[in-house]
Amino acid sequence: MTSVLVKDLTLKFGALTVLDNLNIDIPEGEFLVLLGASGCGKSTLLNCIAGLLDVTDGEIHINDRNVTWEEPSGRGIGMVFQSYALYPQMTVEGNLSFGLKNARMPKDEIQKRVARAAEILQIEPLLQRKPAALSGGQRQRVAIGRALVRDVDVFLFDEPLSNLDAKLRADLRVEIKRLHHSLKNTMIYVTHDQVEAMTLADRIAIMKGGIIQQLDTPTEIYNRPRNKYVAGFIGSPEINFFEGTIEGDAFVTGGARLSLDGYAFKVTATSGPAWLGIRPEHIVSGEAAASLPVTAEVTVDLVEPMGSDTLAWASLAGVPLRIRMDGQAAVASGDRIRIGFDPARASLFDKQTEERL
Amino acid sequence: MADAVTPRGPKPRPRFSRTNIMLYGTLIVVAAYYALPLYVMIVTSLKGMPEIRIGNIFAPPVEVTYQPWVKAWAEACTGINCEGLSRGFWNSVQILIPSVILSIAIASVNGYALANWKFKGSEVFFTILIVGAFIPYQVMIYPIVIILREMGLYGNIWGLVLVHTVFGMPILTLLFRNYFTSVPEELFKAARVDGAGFWGIYFRIMLPMSLPIFVVAIILQVTGIWNDFLFGVIYTKPADYPMTVQLNNIVNSVQGVKEYNVNMAATLLTGLVPLIIYFASGKLFVRGIAAGAVKG
Repeated sequence: MTSVLVKDLTLKFGALTVLDNLNIDIPEGEFLVLLGASGCGKSTLLNCIAGLLDVTDGEIHINDRNVTWEEPSGRGIGMVFQSYALYPQMTVEGNLSFGLKNARMPKDEIQKRVARAAEILQIEPLLQRKPAALSGGQRQRVAIGRALVRDVDVFLFDEPLSNLDAKLRADLRVEIKRLHHSLKNTMIYVTHDQVEAMTLADRIAIMKGGIIQQLDTPTEIYNRPRNKYVAGFIGSPEINFFEGTIEGDAFVTGGARLSLDGYAFKVTATSGPAWLGIRPEHIVSGEAAASLPVTAEVTVDLVEPMGSDTLAWASLAGVPLRIRMDGQAAVASGDRIRIGFDPARASLFDKQTEERL
Repeated sequence: MADAVTPRGPKPRPRFSRTNIMLYGTLIVVAAYYALPLYVMIVTSLKGMPEIRIGNIFAPPVEVTYQPWVKAWAEACTGINCEGLSRGFWNSVQILIPSVILSIAIASVNGYALANWKFKGSEVFFTILIVGAFIPYQVMIYPIVIILREMGLYGNIWGLVLVHTVFGMPILTLLFRNYFTSVPEELFKAARVDGAGFWGIYFRIMLPMSLPIFVVAIILQVTGIWNDFLFGVIYTKPADYPMTVQLNNIVNSVQGVKEYNVNMAATLLTGLVPLIIYFASGKLFVRGIAAGAVKG
């Protein structure tokens, strides 16, 4: 069953088109992440779904009901904001019950719901405190609770973890995932953090310039990016790109001839100018490289050890090359190493359209 | 060499360093400059007329008398009326209270609407309102006389209340709008998701968060309206004259002896309300209420 349906959504601020004829169909219980660089329109889309912005054109349906003209409170949504947006003059309990009081719900029902949300989020001891007396993580939990008590079908998260420090962010990320597993609500989550997107999402929508570039499962987006922008946006360290041409079963770049043996073309094998992308973690070095279809010998010019792994910089065919190696790899700048990769793990994009080939 | 001290802990700061002497010296001189007239007024108001005629205006009273204060409050004459300033005081109170409440209530809703509920033309509306702040009052005196006359409010306390409310509008709206704009937008959005409407958000979210700006507005309006002379003398009739107008009539009366002690006492009495407001609300003025609303 469809939970949220966005149909031909367009939003303009004067002459500026922020969202352009956007369509998404989100099934019930799905965790959808809207991912993109700042200014791509992802928060705007979320605000449109919430009803906080009037759309220029198009429709929004929630639970098979056209809510395009509904007030935010009438849409059956709960929203969590980046800055928590807790009402400073109210206690935690007051914050949780504010929406319910506005809906003129009976007192005992309010109490029941607040107690349940507090239990799920483990904020019972904090109920009588004011937001100023809470830590960042606790505040965000209360903000989630405010959406929880309203017993809504759809949760909207607007970069909820961006204001937290790295460790807390990782903890709360897991908690949000657990919450989704136990509640099974539809959740739409806006972030610019690809780790959050990859770990949380059932599907990711990567946006750029108000247009969804790709809407797919995290694995599909990572392994088979639909265009060059998506390939470059997902993955850290960034994917390596080579400019060249496809000639028969090989990719020619800067004098080097890289075999394309095993590459699965989208339609049929083509030739002509193209980009080749290969992720740093898909480049194998040392002994194992010898057996791969594409091999080369490069000089390491910089090493960035990161503990869990090591990033080595070299250059291939005149282009800087990032190679992700084991954290224990004994490599120093100046070393000559043998590298190789499997073309099946690479991605080819058309030179002109930048679409996947 | 025996005094050689290893630098450790807070750096010692001599109490009578050159910086301190300059700093406190300047402050004391400036403070004295402003406090001296007040001192002279208080001292003079406590002296009897014979003592004043001796001419030592800085000397403290030899014989303290409260008679000038009593006279200023209850017996001083303006024209044929000899009730002192007390009548003007109550007139002023009657003008002040509705004017302050009305102007702040309207301006805060104005500012809230302009900051949070952007409507078509809201910027134009705001600009027009701000332009109003730059038009000198004197230009509008006569047109307002006509407007009040047509409305049947001329010479009436409510006419003056209306004038004060309207003239407070530009600056107060600006004040409130800027304050509400600084309240994080997400708070407003969260309240909308929680189902609060225009008035719900205003009364339950914005108002409790805005105590400091309300205090600022109250201080501005109370002092402004209390100290007003021009509108008071033009738009009311003698029976309704505010305290400032009456003070002027007492001090500037040309007949009889100039009773400096009574004049000083009357002036102090008139200035008392703004003074009390400043002293009472100074702390609130500074306090930040919204701390911890957003990340902190």
